[in-house]
Amino acid sequence: MCTVCGCSEGESRIEDANNKHHHENSHDHEQHDHEHHDHSHKAHEHHYGHGPAHAHAPGMSQARMVQIEQDILGKNNEYANANRSVFSEKGILALNLVSSPGSGKTTLLTRTLQDLKDEMALSVIEGDQETSQDADRIRATGVPAIQINTGKGCHLDAHQVGHAFEHLAPAEASVLMIENVGNLVCPAAFDLGEAHKVAILSVTEGEDKPIKYPDMFYAADLLLLNKIDLLPYLNFDVDKCIEYAQRVNPRIQILQVSASSGEGMSDWYQWIRLAHQTRLIGHQKLNKTEKTTEMI
Amino acid sequence: MHEMSLCEGVLQVLQTEAKKQGFNKVKAVWLEIGDLSSVEPEAMLFSFDVVTRNSLADGATLNIINVPGQAWCMQCAKNVAVKQRFDECPECAGYQLQVTAGDEMKIKELEVE
Repeated sequence: MCTVCGCSEGESRIEDANNKHHHENSHDHEQHDHEHHDHSHKAHEHHYGHGPAHAHAPGMSQARMVQIEQDILGKNNEYANANRSVFSEKGILALNLVSSPGSGKTTLLTRTLQDLKDEMALSVIEGDQETSQDADRIRATGVPAIQINTGKGCHLDAHQVGHAFEHLAPAEASVLMIENVGNLVCPAAFDLGEAHKVAILSVTEGEDKPIKYPDMFYAADLLLLNKIDLLPYLNFDVDKCIEYAQRVNPRIQILQVSASSGEGMSDWYQWIRLAHQTRLIGHQKLNKTEKTTEMI
Repeated sequence: MHEMSLCEGVLQVLQTEAKKQGFNKVKAVWLEIGDLSSVEPEAMLFSFDVVTRNSLADGATLNIINVPGQAWCMQCAKNVAVKQRFDECPECAGYQLQVTAGDEMKIKELEVE
């Protein structure tokens, strides 16, 4: 289990077509080597690496040095690139929605789906530690959704999303919303193959979130400042928040919205339409379909 | 952040490389970790020990090479040192910085048998 936030691999589940859970790792043979980890904490040996006595000078024994220069997240990035090329081939705009728990992410998403479902094909991959409550809320809107439960995991990874995508089988030229686990730390580092990360921050959270969790706001292309209908009751400094977000990420775009009153939501919808159009421009197979020509 | 997941990523790379390059045991690993990568080296050392137990890297030494943060300041048109993503430019106090180094999370080299 992760020493900081409780991540671990090997517990995630994806719903199958009948909404029953199955173990995702049955597909992944490389994961099986990790199963002993949960037991190893018993020893309580908190040593931080081994001392110099264990050092071996290269060339003194049969030991040899191997230069590999590989990214630690290389495996995840490989899966993410595979996802990205499938999304691109099918003309699917994938958005990775990230936020802390309680920012109103699911409410914002259900409203978006309600308002846009007659205009474009939509589907949702839902990530939560446990329960399929969010996917149930999404399905109530009539939009297809699949739940990934990450178990102890604190983020979705590209491998899980790849499998969920296969089960969900979204239509070509559609928009796929991936609602990540509510967490402003870990999801920042895990590329899922999405076109954009969209961060959602609610005004009930405090304007300094962007500098407290800079990695997430650095990774996002769009920031939705949610629950602005509550501003009259709070001491939230909108300008300060925007300044902090731009300090961390000068190219971030910021929209002020309220998913419950609907204020500002049309800007967000326009952003989705434009991103979707950008995805489809020049697409050899899909840019002539009816769906795209009637969109804007 | 998620050092345990990262160590599992390292182990996966080691296992793949072992097959590719034909070695059975990893004795030492050198990682390049940037100041801006939000990886805690201490947590990484602890997780590495736990994750590699009973694997081909059991007992391997983990060496972390720190890479200082660096960013390109658009105002000054040069590279400056930064400690965090939202640092201001130490010379002009502006925020138009583009990180150029220090976000590395890389496995650099291995000592193997």
